[in-house]
Amino acid sequence: MSQIVVEGLAKTYRIAERQPGLLRLLRRRWREVEALKDVSFSLQRGELLGFIGPNGAGKSTTIKILSGILRPTAGRVVIEGRVPFDNRIAHVARIGAVFGQRSQLWWDLPVIDGFDLLRDIYRVEPTVYRQTRDELVAMLRLERVLDQPVRQLSLGQRMRAEIAAALLHAPPILFLDEPTIGLDAPSKLAVREFVKKLNRERDVTVLLTTHDMHDIEALAQRVIVIGHGRVLADQSFDVLADRRLLVDFTDDAPVIAIEGAQLLRHEGRSVEFSFDPRVIGAPALIARIAADHAVEDIRVEQPAIEEVIARFYHLHGATEA
Amino acid sequence: MNILRPYLAAFAARFKTMLQYRAAAVAGFTTQCWWGGLKVMVYTAFYRHSVHAHAPMTLAQVITYTWLGQALLALQPWGGDPEVAAAVRTGAVSYDRLRPVDTYTWWFIRAAAWMSARALPRAALMFAAAAVLLPLAGLDAWSWRAPADATQAGLFVLSLALMILLGAAFTMLINLCITATLTDRGINTLAPAFVILLSGNLIPLGLFPDWIQPALIAQPFAGMLDIPTRIYLGTLSGGAAWAGLALQVFWTLTFVMLGRKGIAGVMSRLEVQGG
Repeated sequence: MSQIVVEGLAKTYRIAERQPGLLRLLRRRWREVEALKDVSFSLQRGELLGFIGPNGAGKSTTIKILSGILRPTAGRVVIEGRVPFDNRIAHVARIGAVFGQRSQLWWDLPVIDGFDLLRDIYRVEPTVYRQTRDELVAMLRLERVLDQPVRQLSLGQRMRAEIAAALLHAPPILFLDEPTIGLDAPSKLAVREFVKKLNRERDVTVLLTTHDMHDIEALAQRVIVIGHGRVLADQSFDVLADRRLLVDFTDDAPVIAIEGAQLLRHEGRSVEFSFDPRVIGAPALIARIAADHAVEDIRVEQPAIEEVIARFYHLHGATEA
Repeated sequence: MNILRPYLAAFAARFKTMLQYRAAAVAGFTTQCWWGGLKVMVYTAFYRHSVHAHAPMTLAQVITYTWLGQALLALQPWGGDPEVAAAVRTGAVSYDRLRPVDTYTWWFIRAAAWMSARALPRAALMFAAAAVLLPLAGLDAWSWRAPADATQAGLFVLSLALMILLGAAFTMLINLCITATLTDRGINTLAPAFVILLSGNLIPLGLFPDWIQPALIAQPFAGMLDIPTRIYLGTLSGGAAWAGLALQVFWTLTFVMLGRKGIAGVMSRLEVQGG
């Protein structure tokens, strides 16, 4: 039995359309926007799922429906036997969520006061609360910011505090909507490290959205690509992310054919390959090329998320109206 | 007790946070002092020069009414809860819906805490100025007088508590309007027009013509200042005082029912956009 089941999820927003010109202001027109058309997937307990897709693809909408905040227009969501919107109060007591672009902590209160308030809101037993809180504080290195008002925290500190705040009631499911947005490298690493640990050691089911491919690579065993309100791909990360090999030769680039490597670009002294690391690894590929040709420079790159998404759009473009 | 725990915690947290804004309380008190003093002088001039008019209230009653109105200003629903307005504007309303609490009660308690924490220092300062300092300065005629008697004082405390609940219930209707329209500007401009006139804040309702008195007492805004104040002055006593309290209860329940109905509709149509 899956912990999270989503079937044929759809969400339509109605947005006001304004015509140019003064008189047109009097006439209000509405346009329907389908944020989600048909999203289905299921998740087992302890899975770590990455949700990627461009802005407006429907990632956040999906998370907000799964959190019981938004009511779906059509489709079915069942999480541990609960229908999120209909059983909202029972549901939200058993999930944690972080919406990266908003704050759930009280701006004027010190972090610790906000945590105490959440203890009462979620009706957590004081002894259990103290233990959970101390563990989270240690894991997220929050000792030094506990007494500071939230408004004085740096973005990295605030995000770590936000994540701790979402877990004080020890929920078995965690939704993270862009948890690394705007963070510097050390903070990103800290957040990733923590999420991984939480998933492995506590068996917490994690669903996260991001625009950062490195988040996905570091964390997710499984990735769903969402676009135009539909699931475009649902597979393991490795399949999704191919690598690029850029080679500059000392003379004009030769024509090379290697199994597992696909030629993308051939220009003057440079070539670009796309290769599948499961068929041929980077060291083997580099060795093959360098053995036969005079090479000036070699770089292995990972395509940006935009490229991956764009490729999926291209692949699935035909199915769109 | 465990059921109430989140709400009690939210009340205490909001109350404490609001008490931090001491400068705002002093500023508000100063404005209300000037405004109150101005009104007291205008009424004194009126009563001195229109000796032939039939006055339904004595000058001393009108003056005490004025000071009470100034002291309790922050308990009147002048607009929506700024925290709700901010949450709606920024999308943080998502987090309000993420809590395992009844959203109506949650917002209601916070509005009640917000209003009473704002009112507490202002009322204390106003009492010190108008009821203690003015008599000491020899301006006894312009001062805030004690309640009619102990019974009236007790009923006034009850009515004051109901005034807070009624005000919070009305604030909730404004909050819902803000949530539905996504802006607090329209309703926050419209609502005070009704509150200032119909609550008795501008002119005591008792000074309006006799024929309109039943309608003025029966309308919901009377419970937001006029009924408690009339009970304090003793112009509403015995059965009439209990009828006033009943009216406050009636309008509170009506607003709560409307609000609860409204919030279900607003929340099922909620749209959170942009990430």
